[in-house]
Amino acid sequence: MRAIGRATLALLAVIGQLAIFTGQTLSHLVRPPLYPREIGAALFQIGWSSLPVVGLTALFTGGALALQIYAGGARFSAEAVVPQIVAIGMVRELGPVLVGLMIAARVTSSIAAEIATMKVTEQIDALVTLSTDPMKYLTLPRVLAATLAMPVLVGVGDLIGILGGYLVGTGRLGFNPTTYIRNTMDFLEFHDVLSSLVKGAVFGFIAALIGCWYGMTSGRGAMGVGRATKGAVVAAAVLILAANFLLTEAFFST
Amino acid sequence: MIELTGVEKSFGDNHVLRGIDLTVERGTSLVVIGGSGTGKSVLLKCILGLIPPDRGVITVDGQDVATGDRDAFLARFGMLFQGSALFDSLPVWQNVAFRLLRGALRRPRGEAREIAIEKLRRVGLGAEVADRLPGELSGGMQKRVGLARAIAADPPIIFFDEPTAGLDPILARVINDLIREIVVDMKATAITITHDMGSVRAIADRVAMLHGGRLRWTGTRAEMDDTADPYVTQFIHGSATGPIETLR
Repeated sequence: MRAIGRATLALLAVIGQLAIFTGQTLSHLVRPPLYPREIGAALFQIGWSSLPVVGLTALFTGGALALQIYAGGARFSAEAVVPQIVAIGMVRELGPVLVGLMIAARVTSSIAAEIATMKVTEQIDALVTLSTDPMKYLTLPRVLAATLAMPVLVGVGDLIGILGGYLVGTGRLGFNPTTYIRNTMDFLEFHDVLSSLVKGAVFGFIAALIGCWYGMTSGRGAMGVGRATKGAVVAAAVLILAANFLLTEAFFST
Repeated sequence: MIELTGVEKSFGDNHVLRGIDLTVERGTSLVVIGGSGTGKSVLLKCILGLIPPDRGVITVDGQDVATGDRDAFLARFGMLFQGSALFDSLPVWQNVAFRLLRGALRRPRGEAREIAIEKLRRVGLGAEVADRLPGELSGGMQKRVGLARAIAADPPIIFFDEPTAGLDPILARVINDLIREIVVDMKATAITITHDMGSVRAIADRVAMLHGGRLRWTGTRAEMDDTADPYVTQFIHGSATGPIETLR
């Protein structure tokens, strides 16, 4: 019982610290100076450099989804719904979640490791002595860039995922290309696309914020950096999945 | 002038500083010696406000570290970190000119670069290193870049944290001489933390020894050589026997 109480208190303390960290990060949005060069560099790192991994993930997932739906649909003569389900599945769910998880693996880990290393090597202290707030210089640009870049990455991921389904559908499963595209376009609604992009922005915010948080609070030495990196990826992935559930509930609950 | 009165700092049960009273007059070069884990680095970070002390008052030229305009306060300091703490992603000149590229001391980019190159020359590095990344430099060169960054904005107070750690004896001598030269030229107030007695002899006007979280001894460099304090004599002679306990 005591152990449960202790764990609960520790969890509440972490939630409180994370809430303060989030508030501090957001407060820098309205407190100049902003560092446009840092924001630009973070946009390049998080957005542009993630495109290949996002594209490949979405392409293979879209293709596999088409195969699964076709095989499953064949059990009750519903093979024709492949274009519609691929589109809905990619845009509403798989696109944002898979891109979010890939970003957690690629970006959260890199942010956590970079900032933790900076902390261990006293670069964070050096920033402070050079009259530069580390939250403003390191955290805000990364969080802002990830929040802005992720909807674009998710949009690209959705499109490439649908393309993967199209290639498999028309190349292997015998769908007519024109019909496939028409069915995809007719079935998707603005609401689906909007939910996808909003999920992207929220997942990007989570991925970068958690990376920065673990980096800034890392322990000493190589072990501290390793723990921060591992903890950041796990926490970001779990939070992204939890946020996905809540956002799906908010957008699509009837 | 830097004044510390009754400064205490603990991390959990570890009492690192136990009531430090210390005054560093303007233009003086103070070297703080002491074994590993005696709180030397914590002392520096408390003065800079990076770590808030649990008790006590620290003032710099009359301004309490804990109050007032933080940017204006920090603009008076330059610091050379133990591992240089250069920013890996920035070229050397932007590391040196970091303070001049943003904030209250901001200069046009071209001018900041010129100042950075001038400071690099001051520490014995040519303009050819300006566009290289810190990772491409040797440890000694990184130390010099860190030194150039510390003096880039001509601060009246400079801190040196283990300036010769990890350097060979010859390079350590070069860095010590360079620090002395810079501190004298700039008429700066300097606090250096070191285990290296070569640094003490090259840099110090005054010496202070920390032991067990307390200020064990203070005096001039000449007084240090003549002192009968067993802690100081054991430390400066690097003797394994004496009142300072060592792990065997």
